[in-house]
Amino acid sequence: MSKIRVSTTVNGDHAEFLCESTSSLLDVLRDTMGLTGSKEGCGSGDCGACTIMLDGEMVCSCLVLAPEAEGRTVATIEGVAEGSVLHPVQQKFLEHAALQCGFCTPGFIVAAKALLDRNPNPTEAEVRYWLAGNLCRCTGYDKIVRAVMAAAADLRQERTPA
Amino acid sequence: MSSTVYHAPGTVEDAVALLSADPTARPLGGGTDLIVQMRSGRLSPGAVIDLKRIEGMSGVRRVGDAFAIGAATPCTALKANAGLAAAWPGVVEAANLIGSVQVRNRATMAGNLCNASPAADSVPALVAAGAVCVIAGPSGLREAPVEAIPVSPGKTSLAPGEFVVEIRLPPRPAGGGDAYLRATPRTEMDIAVVGAGVSLVLDGEGTCTAARVALGAVGPTVVLVEEAGAALVGTKLGDDALAALSQAVQAASHPIDDKRGTVSYRKAMAGVLARRAALIAASRAGAKA
Amino acid sequence: MNAPEQMKQFRHIGTRPIRPDGVDKVTGKALYSPDFKAPGMLWGAILRSPHPHARILSIDTKKAEALPGVKAVATGKDLPTLESLVMHVGEGASDIVDISHNCLALGKALYEGHAVAAVAATSPEIAREALGLIAVEYEELPFVLGLEEALAEGAPVLHDTVFTKGVDPKPDKPSNAAMRVEMGKGDVEGALASAAATVSGRYTLEPVHQGYIEPHACVASWNGDGQAQIWTSSQGHFAVRSLTASVLAIPQADIRVTPLEIGGGFGGKTTIYLEPVAMVLSKKSGRPVRLAMTREEVFRATGPAPGAVIDVRLGADADGALVAADVQFLYHSGAFTANDAGAGVSSAIGHYRIANTRVVGTEVLCNRPAAKAYRAPGAPQVNFAVESAMDELAGKLGIDPLDLRLKNAAAEGDPQTSGLPWGRIGYVECLEAAKAHPHWSAPLGAHQGRGVAGGYWGNYGGPSTVNVSVAEDGTITVATGSPDIGGSRASMAIMAAEVLDVPYEQVRAVVADTASIGVSMVTGGSRTTFATGMATVQAAEEVKRLLCERAARMWGVPADQVEWRSGAVACLAGEAQGQTLSAAAIAGRSFHSGGPIAAVAALSAQGWLPGFGVHICDTEVDPETGHVRIVRYTAVQDVGTAIHPDYVEGQIQGGAAQGIGWALNEAYIYGENGKLDNAGFLDYRMPVASDLPMIEAVMVEVPNPAHPYGVKGVGEVPIVPPLAAVANAIHAATGARLKDLPMAPDRVYAALHPQG
Repeated sequence: MSKIRVSTTVNGDHAEFLCESTSSLLDVLRDTMGLTGSKEGCGSGDCGACTIMLDGEMVCSCLVLAPEAEGRTVATIEGVAEGSVLHPVQQKFLEHAALQCGFCTPGFIVAAKALLDRNPNPTEAEVRYWLAGNLCRCTGYDKIVRAVMAAAADLRQERTPA
Repeated sequence: MSSTVYHAPGTVEDAVALLSADPTARPLGGGTDLIVQMRSGRLSPGAVIDLKRIEGMSGVRRVGDAFAIGAATPCTALKANAGLAAAWPGVVEAANLIGSVQVRNRATMAGNLCNASPAADSVPALVAAGAVCVIAGPSGLREAPVEAIPVSPGKTSLAPGEFVVEIRLPPRPAGGGDAYLRATPRTEMDIAVVGAGVSLVLDGEGTCTAARVALGAVGPTVVLVEEAGAALVGTKLGDDALAALSQAVQAASHPIDDKRGTVSYRKAMAGVLARRAALIAASRAGAKA
Repeated sequence: MNAPEQMKQFRHIGTRPIRPDGVDKVTGKALYSPDFKAPGMLWGAILRSPHPHARILSIDTKKAEALPGVKAVATGKDLPTLESLVMHVGEGASDIVDISHNCLALGKALYEGHAVAAVAATSPEIAREALGLIAVEYEELPFVLGLEEALAEGAPVLHDTVFTKGVDPKPDKPSNAAMRVEMGKGDVEGALASAAATVSGRYTLEPVHQGYIEPHACVASWNGDGQAQIWTSSQGHFAVRSLTASVLAIPQADIRVTPLEIGGGFGGKTTIYLEPVAMVLSKKSGRPVRLAMTREEVFRATGPAPGAVIDVRLGADADGALVAADVQFLYHSGAFTANDAGAGVSSAIGHYRIANTRVVGTEVLCNRPAAKAYRAPGAPQVNFAVESAMDELAGKLGIDPLDLRLKNAAAEGDPQTSGLPWGRIGYVECLEAAKAHPHWSAPLGAHQGRGVAGGYWGNYGGPSTVNVSVAEDGTITVATGSPDIGGSRASMAIMAAEVLDVPYEQVRAVVADTASIGVSMVTGGSRTTFATGMATVQAAEEVKRLLCERAARMWGVPADQVEWRSGAVACLAGEAQGQTLSAAAIAGRSFHSGGPIAAVAALSAQGWLPGFGVHICDTEVDPETGHVRIVRYTAVQDVGTAIHPDYVEGQIQGGAAQGIGWALNEAYIYGENGKLDNAGFLDYRMPVASDLPMIEAVMVEVPNPAHPYGVKGVGEVPIVPPLAAVANAIHAATGARLKDLPMAPDRVYAALHPQG
């Protein structure tokens, strides 16, 4: 069967790829485009390690068929930092040691950024429920939640006029 | 898996034609069940028909005081619609218990319904609310109550070539309120061990004038328990009425033992959750009556 | 937090700098096992047994081989026949024959998911299609999953070569009892008979998985000249090398293993599953081959921690002094002989002073995946039983549960279960810190209860190699052979910077491949900060000595006339007296002063000490649903000295969370057909963020005198106490004593509503 040609936008750049009809968007990002920051922990939408933004909403890219991306906008962990300048969520993950092995980290950062983009002042419970689709086995979530809360505070401060 | 063809038709008619042409073809809404089943090898459809490029398939429309929810509308979009969330909070909350935020940004109520899992979270709430499906097929559009769609685990009453295009919720009755609760071991990312949806109407005196109670995961399909609704009607939801509700619910529960729960636990929880959901529904009815 | 007994002023130890590999990991640049690609790589896939126990009568691979795009097919017959050899690579020992047969079954499939054949093809789709073309003829055999069932007369015996080890005389019949370990002293029955208070109970646990989020994967490339490369993540690339070489019967130096970033291991990545298979496929095809597991394969085919049946009896006098303990348990080995029972025996009751003890553990073979190490392997199960029984005993005696533990807690000089005396342990200090913590006396709400439990893990030292080298500009590289699974690069850089008294950023730590550094044992046994840290300190000290020597030469003074001061060499005599030379100044001239400056420390670290922890847990139990919410959690632990406190706290918090998951919802669930029914993250319910509160880690520092900075292993201890801490809290909240894990809502409900 011939492959499907898909035209899309990835991290702000126009991107075209060929894929099987049932390839996941995650497979294409990782294997075709070399964007291996999104991870496959389960392939069934249960761990969130493959979290990306699709048209501005966070989704598990393992549960998106690659052809569905036609004409859509994709944003991955690779596009979160602006050049060498880390996003506050990334910076706070480092400062709060919110990662141990780091495998789940890209998914958490994409998800946490999505939360703070719409809710700059989340409660601890809101952070925990928003991130419930991202499994971490190393940290017990404590430092992750603290890092997200700290990033939120940081972002709020930036918005306050001096 | 690689023999599956992907189509993204632009009209309902094209989608029906594609589904009619291949009895193994499956409509693709959010894909959160379909893609998992394909990847695990449980399902190898000849084609997947992506509904999301069809005009009107995504989004909530207000039809007078009623609501029409496109089949490809993700669960999180329901929450974002303030009118719907105010009118049918139980339905919206039920749909937003499914999976995680990532999953709910894709998963749809129509998909939840047509996956025909007895544990589907949104379905008991929809059944309790008296929701109706609009179904497109080779002979045009037809309507069916939500509870008529699933017939057994994984099987629906949809004929070849048919798919759900829309779910319609009636206007919220004056003095009406609804709620859905489920039992799960985890707080999120889980499948209901038991689910209970209740929709009821209270008059100005607080007497229940109508009630529908539906249960998930206590039988091969979501069930509407008419006796449970009847146990509330004419009462002020006092202890006796709630006990009768629990009893009716347990009598209608015929669950199985599986990895997610035991028969006795499921029966017990059906009673507890129906009672708790009825009280929440009543408080909502009272608050807005 | 207790102050170190011999207070040292540290410049870096105890600070919390950002880890050197951090930016790569928050930007998605870090390469983990499934991320690696080699040019010309083929995609492999593994065919697994659908039966829990079956004789493999034949495997026909012809159709698969004929499929266009398929470049190689392998079965167990492609692996060499080996002599039995027990290899000690990580936490516990394994027979190389078992490891080989676990990589690819030979003769019999011993569990559902057991690898039977493998293919390599030009695409993953073709590889998967080829698996469907392999025809395996099985003769299904009766299977056994349960511990007591496996030991019963007439049970299907997995291996006719296994005669219970540790029994004298050797049994005359093979059985599923793979190993028996017993320790004890005194007159247990007599002491129990005369005890003022006794408790007894039977406790059960199901197997649980380590649950690392990164599935196993590797790429192997084996050339015709016999040399090979493997790229993989693991807890020890030297273990990957020695095990793979042994399974393939080839020289170790012919394999170069490059460690990729590891996405969690918790003991489960101290062994090999895929590497020899990828090697064989590579040799057959002449191309690099990737093998990667799906999550389902991880659950079905990689090591769970053993489930258990544990019988406990404790006796105390009226004052609460323990007089006797009898602990007898069965642990799942799974398909091959595992060895958690030994650690279970030594971890059961050694935290208490008890005159009369008997601890007996038995490893039981059954048709489940081969059990593998999981964080403090063998300790949490038996600790759950003993610490639950301690809680019950405290209730019976009317003594505060922390006071009961304090009264009996072992301290330095007291005998361990083996009879050897404990070193400078910190159990008493942890219990006192727990008692003083505000959590212990905080008020509780409705339906809430508080539980406490203590526990320990022996930790380890062992072989590590570290190379500390000085660049021409004076910056320092620390190369170790220890995979960084949770911040060890940062800890090594801190220790080297401390020795050299230079800024943290002047030291960069890397993990070197097997060809670039000497042998190092796995990152496991809570050994890395201790043992690799010791090697780092030793190598850094030698670099310091070399820098002094060079400076002396540059100044033309005897070596004893210079001194290391504030990160530079100071001259104490001669014309240059009072001058200093920085590492940069010395290294910049090193080519003319004797050559590059570098030092290797290769050592087998001795003097490790166990870690002790005390956990306090508050639960809230919904009496109508049995749902348990963890309301508050405090984990107190003796950490020796915290090198990088963030990562120490992280270990404590992560271990506690895993223990809470084990207590509440995690379990392997099997169907009647002997097949695993919950091989995915949806139904294997690890805690999600909304299931947990903040976990307060309280670090007690009782330094280890044998380590230059007082380090004790910290990684494994924190999974030991939570199981009983949660159970004891549920008991406090409800009055129900749950003795069977997991304490899922239906179990709790059943305990609260015995009439149904």
